[in-house]
Amino acid sequence: MADTRNITVTVNGEAHSREVETRLTLADFLRHELNLTGTHVGCEHGVCGACTVLVGGTSARACLMLAVQCEGQEVVTVESLAAGGKLNPLQQAFQDHHGLQCGFCTPGILMTLTEFLREYPDPSEAEVRTALTGNLCRCTGYQAIVAATLDAAKRMRGGA
Amino acid sequence: MASTWFGASVKRKEDPAFLQGKGRYIDDIHLPGMLHAAFVRSPYAHAKVGRIDKDAALTMPGVHAVLTFADLPEPVRRQTLPLLVPHPALRQPFMPHALVKDEACYVGEPVACVIADSRYLAEDAADRVEVEYQPLPAVNDCRDALGEGAPLAHAGAESNVAARFPLRVGDADRAFSGAAHVFREKIYQHRGGPFFIECRGAIAQYDAAADSYLLHVSSQGSHRLKRCMLEMFDLGDHQVRVVTPDVGGGFGPKGAFYPEYVNIAVASRLTGRPVKWIEDRRENFLTTHQERDQYWDMEIAVEGNAKIIGVRGQLIHETGAYVPWGIVLPWITATTVPGPYVIPNFKLDVVSVFTNKIQTTPVRGAGRPEAVVTMERLMDRVARELKLDRAEVRRRNFIQPGQMPYNVGIIFRDGRPVTYDSGDYPACQAAALAASDYAGFGSRQAEARKAGRHLGIGISNAVEATGLGPYEGATARIATSGKIAVYTGATPQGQSHKTTLAQIAADQLGVDYNDVTVVTADTATISLGMGTFAARTAVNAGSSVHLAAKEVAAKAKKIAAGMMECMEDDLELDGGYVRLKSAPDVRKSFAEIAVRSIGTPGFSMAGGLAPGLEHTSYFTPEQSVYSNGTHVAEVEVDIETGAVRILRFTVAHDCGRVINPLIVDGQVVGGVAHGVGNALFERMVYDENAQPLTTHFGEYLLPLATDVPHVDLVHLETPSPLNPLGVKGAGEGGTIASIAAILSAVENALEPFGVTVAEAPISPQRIVELLGEHALGRTR
Repeated sequence: MADTRNITVTVNGEAHSREVETRLTLADFLRHELNLTGTHVGCEHGVCGACTVLVGGTSARACLMLAVQCEGQEVVTVESLAAGGKLNPLQQAFQDHHGLQCGFCTPGILMTLTEFLREYPDPSEAEVRTALTGNLCRCTGYQAIVAATLDAAKRMRGGA
Repeated sequence: MASTWFGASVKRKEDPAFLQGKGRYIDDIHLPGMLHAAFVRSPYAHAKVGRIDKDAALTMPGVHAVLTFADLPEPVRRQTLPLLVPHPALRQPFMPHALVKDEACYVGEPVACVIADSRYLAEDAADRVEVEYQPLPAVNDCRDALGEGAPLAHAGAESNVAARFPLRVGDADRAFSGAAHVFREKIYQHRGGPFFIECRGAIAQYDAAADSYLLHVSSQGSHRLKRCMLEMFDLGDHQVRVVTPDVGGGFGPKGAFYPEYVNIAVASRLTGRPVKWIEDRRENFLTTHQERDQYWDMEIAVEGNAKIIGVRGQLIHETGAYVPWGIVLPWITATTVPGPYVIPNFKLDVVSVFTNKIQTTPVRGAGRPEAVVTMERLMDRVARELKLDRAEVRRRNFIQPGQMPYNVGIIFRDGRPVTYDSGDYPACQAAALAASDYAGFGSRQAEARKAGRHLGIGISNAVEATGLGPYEGATARIATSGKIAVYTGATPQGQSHKTTLAQIAADQLGVDYNDVTVVTADTATISLGMGTFAARTAVNAGSSVHLAAKEVAAKAKKIAAGMMECMEDDLELDGGYVRLKSAPDVRKSFAEIAVRSIGTPGFSMAGGLAPGLEHTSYFTPEQSVYSNGTHVAEVEVDIETGAVRILRFTVAHDCGRVINPLIVDGQVVGGVAHGVGNALFERMVYDENAQPLTTHFGEYLLPLATDVPHVDLVHLETPSPLNPLGVKGAGEGGTIASIAAILSAVENALEPFGVTVAEAPISPQRIVELLGEHALGRTR
């Protein structure tokens, strides 16, 4: 029979207690247990980055972590970014620059960049591109994502 | 009516939901009581399938059913999956069953389907299904497949030839016999798969009371899949509804009909519960269609001044195990070869060949990038041999704007002669050369060489058939609330239809584009549709929306004129009202007009307008419309490691009138990134038994943000005369010309070493290998 554990994970500031199978990935926990379907699964082997979330403030692949590893942890997902339904500066810059097409890789990219812009508030284009190497986008060619990120950084420095 | 929204870079309506994680992709849909499917797949590229023992799997907890071929209902057992584009040249139209009947023909072909409470449990049980396989010899290469005594991809086939067809213009052999120069190139090209980030998936829900199926599926065309379901299950129109939710990329192969969809429908009926199947990435590598291999053996004949007098040769095209799109892919390839050049004599013999690998169907560009690589390699060869500038050789051979419309002399896959409708190819190349500072490259290259760096520049030109028919449809409807909806069978996967089609409708209806809701890809909302592929939606759906909205506007005026007792010509539409031009306060709202349009219970409407403030149009284009572009790549090649860095990339592109420049830029730049992958990285590798070796993104490399250059864009705008909007397709041009430009640039960088590039992708390993051959004196 399946091996289970009771866990409590704080997601976007709200504590959730569940009995889960030990083999359940964090991505499936978020998507199917908590119905937070904004975190997407693209490759299940940690390359595409679509499932990127923040665990304890650090970006992590939700497909490569087990839910039980997040016991007692704080997890932040894309659903948290737009407080009160208003796009945050990074999200708004993505819309303004057409930084997304199909939108499937977008949540992971936003989470990667959320962490990145915290550490690099005034990045160069090369730094943005390097930061994005952990996320695959098949639609945009990255150019508009890079432009959006640089613009978002500028807006955030300006306190937008 | 003046355009307010057409041509404006408005923000996408799709974005707020996507940016907040509120998109609804297939795996985000959860239906009550839903079960999950996992597939048992052939581990062999070619095998006889014998007894299947499902007892162990069936006794596992949470398992509801295990389907094998014998368990499928009669109409499904009787048929193979539909071949959507039949063609007389197809000699052996092999198509798969929904589950392997007795012979598996590629690794990953589904043999059994396990249904359980969760995907985890379904996969556990799939491991316990025991299948007897008797491996058969497999064929893994389309050239070898044509050899004497090659294994047959299908037991009992007459050969491995799926189809042979010729293309002929003029008399190539006679032209070659009198040519000043003839050059021959053998070119190997490989394109991988689509590799959308969202894998395929579907949910089938059988409704016993209505004896009907609802299929949610991540697709590129709900209506075509509905047609396939009707045929497979022998059902009436009312018994299948297909809905495509948000789609995380498609690039061609999501447009096909796959066996998994049939199985989950069978399983839903059997279990009485909705059944979901989501492709995992390994399955995606094994079972989603790809493009893969083409082998070209080509000759070009030119006069002393580099004017082309003929092109001839042979193309061996790999179709994989089956032919779901018939000969569409090699046909598009073959008809794209002439491109923007005057080629009075052309002869291409094409053979499409079976192998024991997943079938090949169109991936972004749909065989055109390969044609462009071939033609542009030949043009570079002519330039090199005749010691002419590469741009100049092309310039001397362009079809001139005054020759439009230009009949190339061959028949395209739309059944019409390849007739370019419009375009200015010399101007396009000139614009790209100017924007890329082609003239200044010589000094950049010389400067770099002094520092031991090897720069190269490459040019490519392409003409792309877009906007293929037969049609797409649109219904524009104003509800009695005054709210506007547009319904279409077009099925977006990132192309922004919900914005661009709203822009088109808004112009006709005099409203803000945010006031138009575009509903896509639900077969319950419009009766016919083709879907989104082949850079066709702006032309087909765009024109249909334009025509439908225009009719609704005219009808609104007619009804309002009656209500207001005035002439229609005195009225205009603005902000959700029909009003008097002379007295804008005198007006009727869309809601009032819509209420009038549907009639009053019991009162006669006889003799009046057709009921409803709505109209449906199906724009049926006469033929394809032809976009064109010139790409210039500037690269640096590290001769120690073989690494290629793209320093500059310039695209001059003409897709007719542009609906939304921001979105078109995104399509072109994204297309270039796909071409970068095809030129430098993406390769599906199989062993000698046709076992795939590249089944994850650690081995199959997609281009990263550090691999794709910034793309400089120049837009030219030659409106198409063949549709009311003057538009042409924009979705694939970025990919089509970019591979050829990059290969050309790599070759140019390696010119001092006498290295020539006759293959794609060109990997660092291969570049080092070619340089090594040069060092050993084994080059030309």
